[in-house]
Amino acid sequence: MKFDADSAYRLHPKVAIRPEPFGALAYHYDNRRLNFLRSPELVAIIESLRDHDSVRHAFRAAGIDSRRWPAFETALASLAESEVLVPA
Amino acid sequence: MNNPASPASPTSPINLADQMKSGLDAPICLTWELTYACNLQCVHCLSSSGRRDPRELTTTEAEAVIDEMARMQVFYVNIGGGEPTIRPDFWHLVDYAVERGVGVKFSTNGSRIDAVVARRLSESDYIDVQISIDGADAETHDSIRGEGSFDTAITAMENLRDAGFNDFKISVVMTRHNIDQLDEFAALAERYRAQLRLTRFRPAGRGAETWHELHPSSDQQVELYHWLLDRPDVLTGDSFFHLSALGEPLPGLNLCGAGRVVCLIDPVGDVYACPFVLHSDYRAGNVRDPGGFASIWRQSDLFAEMRQPQSAGACATCGQFDACQGGCMAAKFFTGIALDGPDPECVKGLGEDLIAAKSDQSDRSGQPATPASGPDHSRPTPVKLGARRSA
Ligand code: SF4
Ligand code: SF4
Repeated sequence: MKFDADSAYRLHPKVAIRPEPFGALAYHYDNRRLNFLRSPELVAIIESLRDHDSVRHAFRAAGIDSRRWPAFETALASLAESEVLVPA
Repeated sequence: MNNPASPASPTSPINLADQMKSGLDAPICLTWELTYACNLQCVHCLSSSGRRDPRELTTTEAEAVIDEMARMQVFYVNIGGGEPTIRPDFWHLVDYAVERGVGVKFSTNGSRIDAVVARRLSESDYIDVQISIDGADAETHDSIRGEGSFDTAITAMENLRDAGFNDFKISVVMTRHNIDQLDEFAALAERYRAQLRLTRFRPAGRGAETWHELHPSSDQQVELYHWLLDRPDVLTGDSFFHLSALGEPLPGLNLCGAGRVVCLIDPVGDVYACPFVLHSDYRAGNVRDPGGFASIWRQSDLFAEMRQPQSAGACATCGQFDACQGGCMAAKFFTGIALDGPDPECVKGLGEDLIAAKSDQSDRSGQPATPASGPDHSRPTPVKLGARRSA
């Protein structure tokens, strides 16, 4: 399924996130894969997704400059691809 | 680890490998050898297993270690041994970990994975099983692990498959004798709906004595490298990164994780930087010490030192250092090569030259060229550990 920044996403229930100095590590207990979340901002966005009905609303609420949205969307799309994020 | 490939960074300038080198809040790959007791006697056994140590952690102590892992948010622990299922409290400890959100992946020779156990295991997403084999047929496998052991492993695989346990691991340590069976191993994994995991044979434990005869030849290594490049789905625990010097890097972090992303807890609670160097030089503390495992991981002098930038030493002039990082510390340590020297299996042949020169020297002096590995637990009296290396 294609990633859609106008819809809502949630962290997969089988994913655990552990903060690290560079951001966080996310481990998926279903496919046993480890993912690197390479910035604390990205981690904060992921954690805020549950409070928003679209990814872009989450960006706006976090005050992220719209010029940086595409980069965040790429990162989130790749996390959706590996099922760390799932459509809500 | 399975997937170091990460989502594109939106913002951060950091280099992930550098970040890993300076350490993490908790290990990614934590090996816990629960017991050295084993019902087999493999010639390449990395831990020289055999008997149970009376000083092994008690059930309560083991639970306390798990509690600590849970607090540190360790995602999963790799339980091995010995044959871990031999410990009477093994299943209890697995449940205890899973209930606290610490996943368990355990390595076994398969002897205790009957149909009932397989069904139980398949019910939890937080449990993964790794069956170790050494050959793709009974002849090759049993020559290492003893007669009947291949059938034991196959029965366990059948039980897991029939229980619907998908993607369990079939794990093979690559030696001169089995490396020509790569395709057969892949076929075996497919037949049992398992994932193939190939790892490097390191000269540790009982393997130290057999390494020179059993480690793959340089031609075989080149073959392995190309085979792995074609099959990114085959797991390797990042263990062949010294082969990345051959060209395109293999998937993975391509660095030695000792004390940075990797460590080991042994049956008596000693914590080592690398699961393959159970030597006093690389012992950072004991989980029974005040502060426990977390303070060893985060504050021990040894780990702090290992997280400092390391010198490229003799590899500095090699154009491949970024890819190969001088290879594996364990492999160098037990073949008597300086830690900033080339890997004994250096693809440029530098390691072989050094080993040849060393053995000439020790023939003349009568002194052993390599440090002693940890005690052989199959012998009744522990062998004394080697003295600290100089320099
Ligand atoms: S010393 Fe070798 S086996 Fe140990 S962590 Fe480093 S690369 Fe891996
Ligand atoms: S010289 Fe060192 S860096 Fe170069 S390939 Fe050999 S081990 Fe690797």
